[in-house]
Amino acid sequence: MKIALLSDIHANRQALEACLAHARTQDAQQFALLGDLVNYGADPVAVVEQCMALAERGAIVLQGNHDVLAIAPPARMENLSDLCAPWTHAQLSPAHRAFLSALPLTARRDTALFVHASADNPERWHYITDTTAAERSMRAASQIDPAIRHIFSGHVHIQALYFLTTTAKLMRFVPEPGVPVPVPTHRRWLAVVGAVGQPRDGDPRAAYALFDTDAAQITFHRVPYDHAGAAAASRAAALPSYFADRLEQGR
Amino acid sequence: MKLLEPDTPIDAFVVRACIHAGAMAHIYAVDYADATRGPGFAMVMKVPRMTASDGAENIVSFEVELQILPVLSGPYVPRFVAAGDLMRLPYIVMEYVPGQTLQHWIDAPERPSDHDIARLGAAIAQAAHSLHQQNVCHLDLKPANVIIRENGSAVLLDFGLSCHAHYPDLLAEEMRPAVGSPIWIAPEQVVGVRGDLRSDIFAIGVMLYELATGELPFGAPTTKGGLRQRLWMTPTPPRRHRPDLPAWLQEIILRCLEPEAARRYPSAAHLAFDLTHPEQVPITERGERTQGPGVRAQFKRWLKAAGMHYQPSPLPTQQIEEVPIVMVAVPHADVSDATLYSLRQAVARSLGIRPGARLACVTVISPSASSTSDTNRSETALQRQHVARLKQWAQPLDLSNHSASYHVIESGDVAQALVRYAQGNNVGLMILGAATHGLQMQRLIATVPMRVARDAPCTVILVKQQVPFAALGREEQA
Repeated sequence: MKIALLSDIHANRQALEACLAHARTQDAQQFALLGDLVNYGADPVAVVEQCMALAERGAIVLQGNHDVLAIAPPARMENLSDLCAPWTHAQLSPAHRAFLSALPLTARRDTALFVHASADNPERWHYITDTTAAERSMRAASQIDPAIRHIFSGHVHIQALYFLTTTAKLMRFVPEPGVPVPVPTHRRWLAVVGAVGQPRDGDPRAAYALFDTDAAQITFHRVPYDHAGAAAASRAAALPSYFADRLEQGR
Repeated sequence: MKLLEPDTPIDAFVVRACIHAGAMAHIYAVDYADATRGPGFAMVMKVPRMTASDGAENIVSFEVELQILPVLSGPYVPRFVAAGDLMRLPYIVMEYVPGQTLQHWIDAPERPSDHDIARLGAAIAQAAHSLHQQNVCHLDLKPANVIIRENGSAVLLDFGLSCHAHYPDLLAEEMRPAVGSPIWIAPEQVVGVRGDLRSDIFAIGVMLYELATGELPFGAPTTKGGLRQRLWMTPTPPRRHRPDLPAWLQEIILRCLEPEAARRYPSAAHLAFDLTHPEQVPITERGERTQGPGVRAQFKRWLKAAGMHYQPSPLPTQQIEEVPIVMVAVPHADVSDATLYSLRQAVARSLGIRPGARLACVTVISPSASSTSDTNRSETALQRQHVARLKQWAQPLDLSNHSASYHVIESGDVAQALVRYAQGNNVGLMILGAATHGLQMQRLIATVPMRVARDAPCTVILVKQQVPFAALGREEQA
């Protein structure tokens, strides 16, 4: 079975639609949305409703730190994402907010664990930016269940695959888009799938990954989408222009 | 796993005789159990001696091969057929490649001729280049892993230590003992760099040295210290073992064996080029010498090696693109000075942004131009005249960072000759005039530039004549 792994959608309707359409052409039978469905982007309502529809049809949907911000915007504004949260909060209906607050932090399917940030205290939202952080997440996952072989997460907006070598040393690998990478189950792997709605590596294309459970392969994808449209929607919603600029530059 | 009995069924296959018992694996002849199935070629099954119960790390090199072989293509690797589940019953079924391993030529009582060494070396370099073009470095090239087919081409085996730039490198690790075979391993591999295509060029150099002299350039070190010697040691010149060895061959071998990767051939295509054009190899002190460097020079190299940092390797395909073989088709008839000038400017620009690229200047002459009776028009005299003309044309180019060679091809079909030359020599960029080669026929038939642009295996630059009149005046005066 092929599972599409989508994270950090950030209320970017255009990017989400493009990734879902791409995943369907790749025969994805299941969807896992790894959190941060909203905040930053201009279309929180459309995105949440799309996610609710997917959840009804059996998709895994997790909560991310930005979803928490949107449910309960912080009283003090410390940075731009805090600034965005009250706006997002105001757009969402009580039903949308109830959906977001009921989302779990982690999910399991067979030997795979899904989590927005790190399996090590998921509610602390640790960033997996290096092998040390990846190792902590892997260790925490093994404590949950030693049978876990694959951890899929987002939060860090750059695609990466972490793996254990023969001497139990953890290595970081930068995947090439579109190349299926074998991830056999006798090893342990941690994939950071990249951001659907806000890529930050200088490439404006949306990022997601596709996990083929039968072939034990993961393919990291980059999907071109109407990022100009998403940026225009952001400007039209009078969100800080910084967010629209980021979408155009992939920063 | 212990030796399998003949006629043992395994999944969809039936194992026949064991044809090779290696240290790491057994190789069996194998057929499909269902005789009506068949890939159309003979097959072998490789079964690792280690099993998953010996611990996953023992079969990591098998795992690496399992990762890489299925995605390789082309005539220089065995075709992949099937694989068994790594945890249950690990095996790989692949094409059986008939032929002799290179060991056969090394073990022969007589040294092969220079011509044969060059031919074998070029075949191996060509095979390695094909691998590098697929972003894979072999990293364990040795005579037992090279099969020479009856048609003279080489097939590379055993990808257990290989590195694919698009896959996680399961053997990668900082600070670990070197992965490779001590006799052929490149210096950067000794310090843990994996994925540099020039490591394969080094290994080919060791094999050429063996073929030429029957000796091992660095012996067969068994200790860590012995291996570290490779970081600075220059081997005994092959001509010391075999004084009759031509300087061009020694030049090639010792260039492959330079301890610093940047001083070797930048790609296997360059190596194959030199091996197929021995008369065009520029010979330096490296090719002539019959003495190794003195103690003082060795000490200097040792000091340098002690402080040497190896950079992360560039992607093989990127490395190949950075140092292409640039081919320029220089017409000898129907051509204006302005066109020749523009052609040269285009070559200068193309080489200028690509240090290390090599230039091949090619001209195609009609086979009927030569005459067996007229000595001035004999084949060799004509060739000489045209080579001189090409050299004259190239003379204003700054070739200090580039090797250059000059080739006269006889053919009635210019476009086909140019395309074939580009294919046969792994040309990465071809430059030719947009309105040359058969100017008068242009309106009637598909012109040479159009056919070349369509059929060439590489990027083609079509140059339109564009000449500042002042510059043309200067040229005429000169």
